[in-house]
Amino acid sequence: MNTLSATWEWLTTAANWSGDNGVWRRLGEHLFLTVVCLALSCLIALPVALVLGHLGKGGALAVNISNAGRAVPTFAVLVLLLLSPIGGHGQWPTIIALVLFAVPPLLTNAYVGMRGVDADVVRAARGMGMTGRQMLFGVELPLAMPLILTGVRIAAVQLVATATVAALAGGGGLGRIITAGFNLASTPQVVAGAVLVAVFALLVEGVFEGARRLAPQRGGPG
Amino acid sequence: MRPAGASPRTGHQHARPLAPARCNGRVTVPPDDCLARNEWICGAYLSTRREILWDATLQHIQLTLVSVALGVLIAVPLAVAARRTRWAAGPVLGVTTVLYTIPSLAMFSLLLPVYGLSAALVVAGLVLYSLTLLVRNILAGLRAVPEETRQAARGMGYGPVRLLLAVELPLALPAAMAGLRIATVSAVSLVTIGAIVGHGGLGNLIYSGMNTYFKAQVLTASVLCVIIAVAADLLLLGVQRLLTPWTRENRARAR
Repeated sequence: MNTLSATWEWLTTAANWSGDNGVWRRLGEHLFLTVVCLALSCLIALPVALVLGHLGKGGALAVNISNAGRAVPTFAVLVLLLLSPIGGHGQWPTIIALVLFAVPPLLTNAYVGMRGVDADVVRAARGMGMTGRQMLFGVELPLAMPLILTGVRIAAVQLVATATVAALAGGGGLGRIITAGFNLASTPQVVAGAVLVAVFALLVEGVFEGARRLAPQRGGPG
Repeated sequence: MRPAGASPRTGHQHARPLAPARCNGRVTVPPDDCLARNEWICGAYLSTRREILWDATLQHIQLTLVSVALGVLIAVPLAVAARRTRWAAGPVLGVTTVLYTIPSLAMFSLLLPVYGLSAALVVAGLVLYSLTLLVRNILAGLRAVPEETRQAARGMGYGPVRLLLAVELPLALPAAMAGLRIATVSAVSLVTIGAIVGHGGLGNLIYSGMNTYFKAQVLTASVLCVIIAVAADLLLLGVQRLLTPWTRENRARAR
């Protein structure tokens, strides 16, 4: 219980929240990394997945890339990028690693969502004389949206986790509070940092869950 | 393996390779091997650090095995309980999902007051992670057992325990094994984060290699991680094929 009260004390000390190494600064970095990399990953993954799904090509690649991504340790990629020539360019190793790990779930879910659209619906749309573009944006994309958003949510949670590990390799974000705590051999700071990271991750998950519930349900069951 | 002219340099384990040093106006040229040039791919690294690599790999496999085995031991009863009692499913899935959302570094850190800087901390964290994947997949497998099959077993006089062990669990195996494969591959990759407490298997080598800018060490350890993950996945796939011969037939027919 001693650690708990010490952790609470760390979290309620105003000095720990302000300044260059303060919680607010780290939280800002973490949020920035998550949002920017999520946007970048969506820009890269979604167009590719939508086109591949529309054409029905490259399925094996889109599905297997997720499994391959799981086998490669985040930490290893971060350190490899850090030691590569990119390593000298500030936050770039972190950003590239984050995007690399956010792209697979986006790609896989969007592709599976596009392929999961009822073939009869697609045929009906073609029968109505829709062009490929109209079918993609007017029929397939709306129907695939739930799975695409699941992919975005998985990617966002993955980004929060990867951004935390980035602190091990010298990146910014809330993980820095944890690594600094380890360096200072301060268990309260380590635990306080971990609590902040966990709450942040759960909040991100919660935001997506809330958005999903608030979103208009179309089409009824199925 | 070792390039000609390279000499094993023990006691230089983590030191950053040196640039040519000038002493008294003379240039002392260090041995011209890939270690001195700090190259990514280095045969001399493999041959001189064989023992360190071997130890780290063993630790890596050990941590993965212990945590996945413990995860299965805990996940099976949880999944069965969630299947049998209606009210248990929601909380079990909810708690394991929350656990899965917590980033790995934070998870290990949260366990620090309980376990200290120990291998038990890494194992505990990995077990908590594997639970989500295992429970979800085992539960999905159990739920997919057709009602008629269970009724037929009951009609043949199977009690609840025998029904579970001889009918439901074997039929849930393909889904459970899929979960086990994902959990194992994830565990192999997450062990590296254990480097923060000094028990990260190959992650320790990556961590020290990062601090000393030792490229060959980082690349070799990373590649070994991926090899372990892929080997474990293939091994489990083989075990799954052996354990569930009926799915193999179905697949052949489906093609």
